[in-house]
Amino acid sequence: MTTTHRERVLTGETVWGTLTLGLTAWFVAAVFFFPVFWMVLNGFKEEADANASPRLFFEPTLDRFREVTTQTPGLLGFSEAFLNSFWVVAVSTVLVLALAIPAAYALSVRPVRRWRDVLFFFISTKFLPIVAAILPLWIIARDLGILNSHLVLIILYTAMNLPLAVWMLRSFFSEVPRELIEAAEIDGTGLWGQITQVMLPIVTPGIAATALLCVVFAWNEFFLAVQLNPVDASTVPIWVTSNVSTRGNFLAKLSAASSLAVLPVVLAGWLAQKRMIRGLTMGAIK
Amino acid sequence: MAEVRYRDATRIYPGADEPAVDRLNLDIADREFLVLVGPSGSGKSTALRMLAGLEAVDQGSIRIGDRDVTLVPPKDRDVAMVFQNYALYPHMTVAQNMGFALKQRGVSKEERARRVVEAARILELEAHLDRKPRSLSGGQRQRVAMGRAIVRHPQVFLMDEPLSNLDAKLRVQTRAELADLQARLGVTTVYVTHDQVEAMTMGHRVAVLDRGVMQQVDKPRTLYRLPANLFVASFIGSPAMNLIPSSHDGRSLAFGSGRCAVDPVVATQMARFEATDVVLGVRPQGLALGTAGTPAEVVVVEELGSETFVFVELEHLGKTIRVRVRVDAEYSVARGDRTHVTVQGPVHVFGPDGLRLQTRSEADHGGST
Repeated sequence: MTTTHRERVLTGETVWGTLTLGLTAWFVAAVFFFPVFWMVLNGFKEEADANASPRLFFEPTLDRFREVTTQTPGLLGFSEAFLNSFWVVAVSTVLVLALAIPAAYALSVRPVRRWRDVLFFFISTKFLPIVAAILPLWIIARDLGILNSHLVLIILYTAMNLPLAVWMLRSFFSEVPRELIEAAEIDGTGLWGQITQVMLPIVTPGIAATALLCVVFAWNEFFLAVQLNPVDASTVPIWVTSNVSTRGNFLAKLSAASSLAVLPVVLAGWLAQKRMIRGLTMGAIK
Repeated sequence: MAEVRYRDATRIYPGADEPAVDRLNLDIADREFLVLVGPSGSGKSTALRMLAGLEAVDQGSIRIGDRDVTLVPPKDRDVAMVFQNYALYPHMTVAQNMGFALKQRGVSKEERARRVVEAARILELEAHLDRKPRSLSGGQRQRVAMGRAIVRHPQVFLMDEPLSNLDAKLRVQTRAELADLQARLGVTTVYVTHDQVEAMTMGHRVAVLDRGVMQQVDKPRTLYRLPANLFVASFIGSPAMNLIPSSHDGRSLAFGSGRCAVDPVVATQMARFEATDVVLGVRPQGLALGTAGTPAEVVVVEELGSETFVFVELEHLGKTIRVRVRVDAEYSVARGDRTHVTVQGPVHVFGPDGLRLQTRSEADHGGST
C-alpha cells in the first residue's frame, strides 16, 4: 500500500525521514542476510574459488554437495545424521506439544490455583545454564545406559523446549474468547470435545508457530548432542562439524554441508507459515 | 418446554464479600418470556449463567421442569444460550455452527441437515449456510447465534444481551422479530438486558435486579405504574420518574410553593414517618406547565417530535430543584422561559426504607394488576 501525499502530511512523515528509515532497514536486512547468502554461494564453488578473495563470478558446481553426501565407511554419513536428527526432532516436538497443550489449557482457559507460580516455575527451569548441568546429565545418562542414543536427546530436547511451548501456547489460548468454550459446553461437549473440536482448530496458527520454534531449536542444538551423543545417533550439527578438517581449509565443502543442514528448517518454516494465517478467530465474536 | 424455578439461589464469587446473586427466588412459567434487567453489576448475567450451569449455585437450588439441575453440568441441562458477542465457532460454516450441538448428541446427518435448513429458513439464513462467520454482517452473525439455539429445540432459551452489539435501528427491528419468534416457538426464555426499553417491550414479565437482589418481578405495565421501591421507580420508564425529597403533614406532600394531596390510605402510612423522611415520585407525564402553580424557569428542552420533555428549575423546600415535565409537541417553549408547574397526578410516596406506600386497592391485589 502506498501512502498519498496528504496521508503523509497527516502522519507527519517527511520524504527524507521515510527514505532514511527505508534505507536503514534494507541495510540491516542485508547485513543479516549476507552471511547466509555467502554460505549458500560458497557451496557451489571450487575450494580454490571459495578461499580466494571474494569472488562473485565463478563456474557453479555441485561437486561439493556430492562430496559431503558421499558416505565414507566408518565415518558419520549425511543420511545417517539426517535420519537421527529427524527422529529426535520429530519425536521431541510431538512430545512437547502433547505435554504443552494440556498444560497451557490448564493455565489459561481454566486456570488452576496459583497458575502464575506454575508459569514462573516453567520458565525458571531455563535459568540454569546448560553447561552447569552437563556433568550430572552425563552421569545420569551413563547410569541409565542411554548415552549415544536417540532417547537421551529426545528427553532433553523435550525438557528444553517444553517451558517455551507452554508459555507460547498459553498466550495463544488466552486469546480465544471464553464464551466460545462456554458455548461448546452448553452445546454438549465434554472437556475433550472442547479442546479438540473448538480450541485446537482455532489456535492452529499458534500451534504451528510453537512447533516451528521447537523444531528449529532442537534441529540446531549442538552442545548436548556433542556431549552425550558423539559416537552413535549423532545429529546434523555434529555431521556439519565433521566436515571441518584439520588438514586444510575446506570452506566450500563446509558451506555445502551447512546449506544442506539449514534446508529442513527453512522447509519447516515455510510449512508453518502457511498455517499461520492471522485473524482465524475473525467472526467469532461481535 | 419447561418451567424454571430459582429457590434461594445464591452465587458468591470466590474472594468477594457480597453475593453476586443473593437468595434469588423466581418462578418462570412454561413458554414465558422473562426478562432480567438491571444496571451493570446487578447480578442479572450471573443469574442467567447459574441457570446455564456456567456459574456454580453456592446456596439454594435451580429446577428446570421437574429436574433439579443445581449440580448438573451445562451439557446435560438441555438449555441453549445466545451470547452477547455471539461466540460463533470461527472455523465452522454457518451450517456447522448450527448443527454442532446436534452432532454432539449423535443426531443423524440427515436429521441434522433437515433441522438446520428449517432453522435457517425461519431466520432467513438459507443463502449463507456455507459461509464462515467472518464473512457475515453483524446482524447475520446474531441470527446464526439464534439459529444455533433454536435447532436444538431446548427446554429453555438463555439470552445474554443478544442485541446489544447491533446498531440502534437493527436492534429495534430484531427486538420485534425475536419476540415474535419466541411466541411462535413457545420455548421458555430467560433474557438478560441492561436496557429497560428492551425489557419492557419484550418481556411477558420483567424481573428487576440491583446489587444481586431482586427488587420486583411483574408485568411491564405494573412495574411502570406500581414500582415497588425507589430503585424500580428510577430504573423503569424512559425518561425516568422525578423523585423529589419532600415533607409531609400527614395528609399531603410539599411540592414547590404548593402541596399535593395523597390517597388517604397512603396518608395514614405516611403519618408514621418523620415529616422529612418521604420522597415524592411523579413521572414527567404527571406534571404540567401552565399559568398556575409553582413558578419555574425552563433550562433544557428535549424535542422528540412526538412529544417534548422540558427540564425546569423551581424552588422546593428552600432549595432549587430540577424536574422533567412532558408537554405536547405543539407546546411552544424555550430555554429561559418563565412558567409554572402543577402536579396532575399519579403521585407516588416512598418511605424512608425506599418502599412505595400502597393504596388499599393495590394492597388488595397484591401489587399486581
